[in-house]
Amino acid sequence: MYRYDEFDHTFVAERVAQFRGQVARRLSGELSEDEFKPLRLMNGLYLQLHAYMLRVAIPYGTVSSRQMRMLAHIARKYDKGYAHFTTRQNIQYNWPHLGDVPDLLADLATVEMHALQTSGNCIRNVTSDQYAGAAADEVEDPRIWSEIVRQWSTLHPEFSFLPRKFKIAVTGSARDRAAIKVHDIGLEVVRLANGAAGFDVWVGGGQGRTPMIAHCIRKGVTKSDLLPYLEAIMRTYNELGRRDNIYKARIKILVHQLGAQEFTRLVEEEYARLEHDTLLRIPSDEIARIEAYFAPPRFRKLSATSAAFEAAKASDKGFARWAKNNLSAHKVPGYAIANISLKPIAGIPGDASADQMDAIADIMERYSFDEIRVTHEQNLTLPHVALDDLYAVYQALDAQGLGTPNLGQISDIIACPGLDYCDLANARSIPIAQAISQRFADLERSADIGELKLKISGCINACGHHHVGHIGILGVDRKGVENYQVTLGGSADENTSLGDIVGPAFTEETIVPAIETIVGTYLAIRHSPQETFLQTYRRVGIEPFKDKLYAAH
Amino acid sequence: MLLIKQGDAIEDNFRALADDEALPEAATVMVSLARWQAERDMLIQRNAPLGLRLKSSESPLILGDDVHRFAAIAIEFPTFKDGRGFSYARRLREQMGYDGELRAVGHLIPDQAQFLARVGFDTVEVKDDANLASWARGFSDFSVFYQTAADRLTPVFHLRQMKQAAE
Amino acid sequence: MGQTVQVVTANRLGDGEVVYLGPDLRWTARLEEAARLETKALAQERLTVAQKSVEEQIVVAPYLIELAETPQGLVPVRQREVIRAAGPTVRRDLGKQAQG
Repeated sequence: MYRYDEFDHTFVAERVAQFRGQVARRLSGELSEDEFKPLRLMNGLYLQLHAYMLRVAIPYGTVSSRQMRMLAHIARKYDKGYAHFTTRQNIQYNWPHLGDVPDLLADLATVEMHALQTSGNCIRNVTSDQYAGAAADEVEDPRIWSEIVRQWSTLHPEFSFLPRKFKIAVTGSARDRAAIKVHDIGLEVVRLANGAAGFDVWVGGGQGRTPMIAHCIRKGVTKSDLLPYLEAIMRTYNELGRRDNIYKARIKILVHQLGAQEFTRLVEEEYARLEHDTLLRIPSDEIARIEAYFAPPRFRKLSATSAAFEAAKASDKGFARWAKNNLSAHKVPGYAIANISLKPIAGIPGDASADQMDAIADIMERYSFDEIRVTHEQNLTLPHVALDDLYAVYQALDAQGLGTPNLGQISDIIACPGLDYCDLANARSIPIAQAISQRFADLERSADIGELKLKISGCINACGHHHVGHIGILGVDRKGVENYQVTLGGSADENTSLGDIVGPAFTEETIVPAIETIVGTYLAIRHSPQETFLQTYRRVGIEPFKDKLYAAH
Repeated sequence: MLLIKQGDAIEDNFRALADDEALPEAATVMVSLARWQAERDMLIQRNAPLGLRLKSSESPLILGDDVHRFAAIAIEFPTFKDGRGFSYARRLREQMGYDGELRAVGHLIPDQAQFLARVGFDTVEVKDDANLASWARGFSDFSVFYQTAADRLTPVFHLRQMKQAAE
Repeated sequence: MGQTVQVVTANRLGDGEVVYLGPDLRWTARLEEAARLETKALAQERLTVAQKSVEEQIVVAPYLIELAETPQGLVPVRQREVIRAAGPTVRRDLGKQAQG
């Protein structure tokens, strides 16, 4: 993974000093709250329902054990002993004190981390594929250019006061595990005609109040051209994005309003002007230098099968279940990608205690070349585990309550913090997730149901990504009472679709039975257990579900 | 209001001329874009330096070559969160070759100082009770830059390679 | 529902803690100790007084909330304020509800 050099270290130290000064000026009153708010947001510091909330950046979700131990330490020293992994591969602390944040940032800087640009109207954390460097279907490791774009977007002097937040995601494979089509800019690494890797550039996707799927505005941008091309997009947005209405200020609205063709024309007109500016481009030697950080680890030469792995599965049913469900194929024989579910049955999705984080640090250091990734579905991925080691990994995880074999199943729920924590929320999301998870606690049953991505948002901002849930739930406030609106058929992969609203909202009491009904309808209609919920939905449409849900009405 | 350059208060030589105010013969005034567009012929005949004030919705590209007629161009920031002026400044410097005084006016905060300088602003208009020490400090918050801007500073990507070549 | 009264609430600048304006014009972390403002005029007046705490860097963004008389005592009308007064419903071991 990327390691800071002296420039990066100097930068982050200067940033900590700057924020320390800003906090001091706030506490002395030199800065009003109105003036301080965008500054603290640019450093990921929110004021929420109960306390401040600090969102620490985890660039493209990649963490080392040293960093994970620091994240655990921060949870203990500055917070209440736990943290939350988010749908943008970041981590959140819910209880820091304002005066402590500069010291917290100084601690983070010692492990090459920060909280920069995790909020505010600026370019946010660049997210990517949690299977980067491990999946066989990859054209190139997407984290290389995630890192380059991260650096280029760091405190960009021209683009730090955008009309609205700006989110970029990168996939290295045609199988999109980074949800690029619901991002402001999505980059897909592709093979160009000359055999080199390049990018298809997608613009104008997003969720929230007005969900939209991105448009591919240019195919096959070369590596050399990418940064000037991104500058052209950002400048077009910065100048033309709406400033009068925060609900209409994302780039997706601009693309929609101008039309993709006109938007592209403006971008390319600007790009043509920038083409010859060598300072905008990253030198190829520098690309190579950064690429080297993402070189594959020293994999051992292993046989494709492991007797130890097979024996363990035969003797331990729990392990067999976990292995069947939570593993993904690795491109190197004898290795597997191991997914850690942070969704214990009836637990709080995406939360981890400091003790769990320390245990995870030990596991990744020992068994996964000291690397782990945060996923945008609030889970963790150990990218490179030898088959021989999987049983030891599972046992270590299970001992910490991290061995739930429900990856991608109905109880692997993505839920925003909701009204239990968040100032913007209209309804609670976590208790709903817990109740649904409890209802489908039976592991045989949830395995039989198969892949079913259920996502819950507590308000229209859609931080729970409900628009792209196979089942999506949106919490709304109806005359002071929490109500839950259900959507079906969303998906965040390469065949991105936005969910369809199924009908009138449900209450806290009726939402779980409604989910039961939806699942029951699917099980009755599916062609075979191999036909997933999403496949069935796309085949039969919404009517069968609507009929069953609202039959009595 | 105070006009500052790199944190020091300086004399403001320009007087803002309201749209309906009579045009004085020899004074150094700053006019709105609307007035410029309405009275261009008269304005270009004057001997005194002329300034222009642009709203945050008025891109300087509209000026064309006339941009060089202005001794100073002020770009408004109605709120410091409205970042359009950062792009306009770069266009003025890098696209249009403007080399007169570029002034940021409206509501700005010291934490934007270095961004303003990097995209090409020379001066900033601040409130009378602004903390000039904070502004002065703000101009040198960072010594490391990941992108170039109107200042044409060498970004880290290039510095690293230059450093390596030198070693 | 019985009578409603209003109370001024805010977040403390230093630690983000939810606080309520007490009868002595000092801020308390406990809703029970908040000054109950029986009339709209009094509530507005107290909200204006609360601005001083903003200027003195004690709290951020004070606003008024409504409490209703119930058999359990005065309870916020809005669920959001019930949660703010207690803590996360999913972690009863955290927040004010855990402080006894």
